Amino acid sequence: MFAENWDKLTADERFEKRFDVWQNPEIEFASDAVKAEYQERVQMFKDAVQLKKPSRPPVAPWIALFPGLDAGLTAKETYYDFDKLHSAWTRFHDIYRPDVLAFTINIAPVKVYDALDYKLYDWPGHGVDEDSGYQYNEAEYMAADEYDKLIADPSNYWQRFYLPRVIGAMGPWTTLDPFTDLVEGPMVGPFFIPFGTPPVQDMLKKMMEAGNAALEWVQAMTRMDGDSMAKFGIPGFAGGATKAPYDILGDTMRGTRGLMLDKFRQPEKVLEACDRLVPLAIDWGVRPCNINKHPFVFIPLHKGADGFLSDEDFRTFYWPSLKKVLLGLIEEGITPLCFAEGAYNDRLEAIHDPEIPAGKMIWMFDATNMSEAKKHLGGYQCIGGNVPGALLTTGTVQDMDDYVRQLLEDCAGDGGFILGSGIVIDAARSECVKAMIDAGRKYGAQI
Amino acid sequence: MTQELTQAIVDLREDDALAMVDGLLAKGDDAAGILADCKAAMDVIGERFANGEAFIPELIMAGEIMTGVSVKLKPHLAGAAPEQKLGVVVIGTVQGDIHDIGKDIVATMLDIAGFDVVDLGVDVKVDAFITTAKEKQAQIIAMSCLLTSAIDTMKRVVAAAGQAGIRGDVKLMVGGAPITEQVVAYTGADGFGKDAVEAVELAKQWIGGA
Repeated sequence: MFAENWDKLTADERFEKRFDVWQNPEIEFASDAVKAEYQERVQMFKDAVQLKKPSRPPVAPWIALFPGLDAGLTAKETYYDFDKLHSAWTRFHDIYRPDVLAFTINIAPVKVYDALDYKLYDWPGHGVDEDSGYQYNEAEYMAADEYDKLIADPSNYWQRFYLPRVIGAMGPWTTLDPFTDLVEGPMVGPFFIPFGTPPVQDMLKKMMEAGNAALEWVQAMTRMDGDSMAKFGIPGFAGGATKAPYDILGDTMRGTRGLMLDKFRQPEKVLEACDRLVPLAIDWGVRPCNINKHPFVFIPLHKGADGFLSDEDFRTFYWPSLKKVLLGLIEEGITPLCFAEGAYNDRLEAIHDPEIPAGKMIWMFDATNMSEAKKHLGGYQCIGGNVPGALLTTGTVQDMDDYVRQLLEDCAGDGGFILGSGIVIDAARSECVKAMIDAGRKYGAQI
Repeated sequence: MTQELTQAIVDLREDDALAMVDGLLAKGDDAAGILADCKAAMDVIGERFANGEAFIPELIMAGEIMTGVSVKLKPHLAGAAPEQKLGVVVIGTVQGDIHDIGKDIVATMLDIAGFDVVDLGVDVKVDAFITTAKEKQAQIIAMSCLLTSAIDTMKRVVAAAGQAGIRGDVKLMVGGAPITEQVVAYTGADGFGKDAVEAVELAKQWIGGA
């Protein structure tokens, strides 16, 4: 990994090592000046995380489809045509110059979805029109009475119950036995019987097609990210992603409504399942950060927002398992990059949790009152956000300038702040996105 | 008036509430009276929501209990005079957006509040709002979105309502996470509710029920 004695390093030493690797990537930059820009940008993030005052607050909007749409592509072209996407990606970074790359994690690998008959999302030309981004098909993919199966063996539950429902091509997996059956020789024969059947063999072929599409996708993403990094000295925003256990259940397994009812009807099962998912969520975050040599793991937060739970329920159902995930990541030297979608005004006290060490994570906000966020979390964790999506879609250049100036005045004076967007940007007014980034650089340098 | 039933629903004690309804029906109590008690409970929950003492899970759980109660009461309400509706609301998540949670909560709350709700579902085309509103002689079109990219579709629905000459008969409301006063002005809609309770209040104001 990053050091031979990794297991013996403290969390602080791992944190330092991960930032060091991020700041010194094995990339051939276009020039020494570009390399210096890259390193300076990484330093701004490190300073912000460590609650110091960076040379200026990093400007880090969440950018998804916007580079494609801004270059005149449809959403469908942006997802499917990697050459056009690459040009749009380069164009975007050249013109807009944010301090992080646009977010390839949000360029859905739609050819993989096509090969798999993926049910969880709709994507352009497949359920939504050619100019829409991918969207969730929310449903109860996990039944209310399946908690015990999930808790007993999550991998088995995923493979034989959950995945066959959300991935059409994996339907025949229901006929396979659990892999944990393979304990001794006599079990090997029976276990492999289904692999001889046409449906399972057809499934494996489709999975191989999906694998080919995934390779094509990852090569394209790596190429275009690497290209913009080397040309413009802009670092990526995260090495991987993970989720809060409660969101894993609520977003794509039980569904929002299903989980809300479970909270009343079988609260103990919900809590047990959340706890069971903690080590999985940590591991899910750590592995890609190791591969991508990036210290940040992106954690979009959904079902803990204001209105979705009472304060008491947030502290009971949402926060404890998320906290364990955060602590597990921090122990690995990883910096959790939480994106609290919706408003978190009622959560600011709960998330100021003394058990999470200071200066070790980032809270990016959406519709949260940023002055309040600063008041509660300032000097404790780096905060960021929250230029509103509505303003980016319907506002003017002057609106953006005013908003960003005020936000920086309110939050960035003593450091520990990242300027971001309240939404992941697909369609928006080009001049507003540009004005947001420009204002961030201009006023950020003045404070 | 069965205070106990009302209280059971307010406390979201689903099993108790449903058992009480069974008991009352077995005793021969009037189904319309039972329904009134349940609606009184929903008013309390709506009030708590508006005051920040109850949240979306409580609304959804209460709606779930109401659905269970309605199933039990339906056969007993067959002979009763149909409930006088406050008005017709055509509701849907606009084209380009398939998020339905918020829209569903608003539809349920409007229904419980006494509106005749025509739910067009998600990814609803501009024309569908207009033609349905005309066909059903609706007083209100309620549009939902989660994605900012769908805001322009709302604007198009408002414009289409103008072109169809129904702005005098139909009020348009918008709702969803990205909606602010500025967005309302941008779309040209008549108003918005920041949550389901506000949406119901707005609908009542428009129709003259509050």
